Amino acid sequence: MIDKFISSAAEALADVPDGATVMIGGFGNAGMPAELIDALIAQGARDLTVVNNNAGNADAGLAALIGARRVRKIICSFPRQTDSWHFDRLYRAGELELELVPQGTLAERIRAAGAGIGGFYTPTACGTRLAEGKETRRIGDRDYVLESPIHADYALIKADRADRWGNLTYRMTARNFGPIMAAAAKCTVVQVRETVALGELDPEIVVTPGIFVKRVVRIAPLRRAA
Amino acid sequence: MKKLDRNQIAARVARDIPDGAYVNLGIGLPTLVADHLPKDREIVLHSENGVLGIGPRPAKGMEDEDLINAGKEPVTLLKGGAFFHHADSFGMIRGQHLDYCVLGAFQVSVAGDLANWHTGAPDAIPAVGGAMDLAVGAKNVLVMMEHLTREGKSKIVERCSYPLTAARCVNRIYTDLAVIDVKPDGLRVVDIVEGLSFEELQRLSGVPLRRLATAA
Repeated sequence: MIDKFISSAAEALADVPDGATVMIGGFGNAGMPAELIDALIAQGARDLTVVNNNAGNADAGLAALIGARRVRKIICSFPRQTDSWHFDRLYRAGELELELVPQGTLAERIRAAGAGIGGFYTPTACGTRLAEGKETRRIGDRDYVLESPIHADYALIKADRADRWGNLTYRMTARNFGPIMAAAAKCTVVQVRETVALGELDPEIVVTPGIFVKRVVRIAPLRRAA
Repeated sequence: MKKLDRNQIAARVARDIPDGAYVNLGIGLPTLVADHLPKDREIVLHSENGVLGIGPRPAKGMEDEDLINAGKEPVTLLKGGAFFHHADSFGMIRGQHLDYCVLGAFQVSVAGDLANWHTGAPDAIPAVGGAMDLAVGAKNVLVMMEHLTREGKSKIVERCSYPLTAARCVNRIYTDLAVIDVKPDGLRVVDIVEGLSFEELQRLSGVPLRRLATAA
């Protein structure tokens, strides 16, 4: 029997080793797997390479993981924000490596990894400093830059509903990096708002099929004070 | 001379976006364009984080943290709207499916090179987001910016001194002083604000400008 449900975030992340590459989904608060990140902080793995669109905001979530000096390198498109002070401090001190990637190239490199693609040519960043040192090629009447896939050991993502096979649906713009990160990691851990019985998800609306998912943890949404 | 304010520049941009267009509005100043789109046109707004069909800002208290734009501001969804993941969203951009994108800029060169992501200052933390993808991918790249820096220097330049976002990508520039097309043979002035002569605009800009036959 296949049962990907795990009872706690701590259990779902217990085996993350030092030095792992971890993709973390979310764009802003939408789709950010906050409880999984908290569990990763509690778990203690160090020297991580983190893949996310940003480099953490304020003092919670990814910012807290960075602030606790557990991240060696971050691959992202937009680290600088008004409240990215943990990243800013460690980056300026030379204690955190940054690989800056245009957002669409970041998404496509993640997608390529999950789809078994060894590399791709994109027009994005041609002739800019983000293409320096990379192979370029003229195809037709345009110049393209060769980009490589980004594989990960773990992906931590947030979805809306899941069944025990790991089929997922998402909610609005919280989908963002979830489906592509799920496919790009060896072990994809998902936090969901709701778990449902097998057969309850309409197959026509499953966004991430369970083949891409290893572990599912239900995290009940916080009830806001009225 | 009557310089346009931010909303007047946004309204001028909005006037040029036709019915049926798919449009991405960049973070910051370009977001204002949404408030000025003519009500009788159906224009579909795209946002990089994975949504088509963005509607007006939600009423206070009606925000949903799962429904945001690329600026991470709460938005609403129009009837007919759709959600998709990030790779599809940038596939739309890179694959030249967007009719227009509107971007801010530090500098635009006479050849249409765009610099809008990095000042190049050694202590600056670089951040690029989707700017490079939008600049190479949209069918029409519109830039919206103040004509002059705070020090009075033209932001339209012979060559960008800041790091490039993309080369030869800008189609039209909207500033507080003028609307200027980037053509293969140089810059053509489409509009000038009231009370500013072509000669004075030319002097302020510091790069060769030509008049459109119809321009004042």
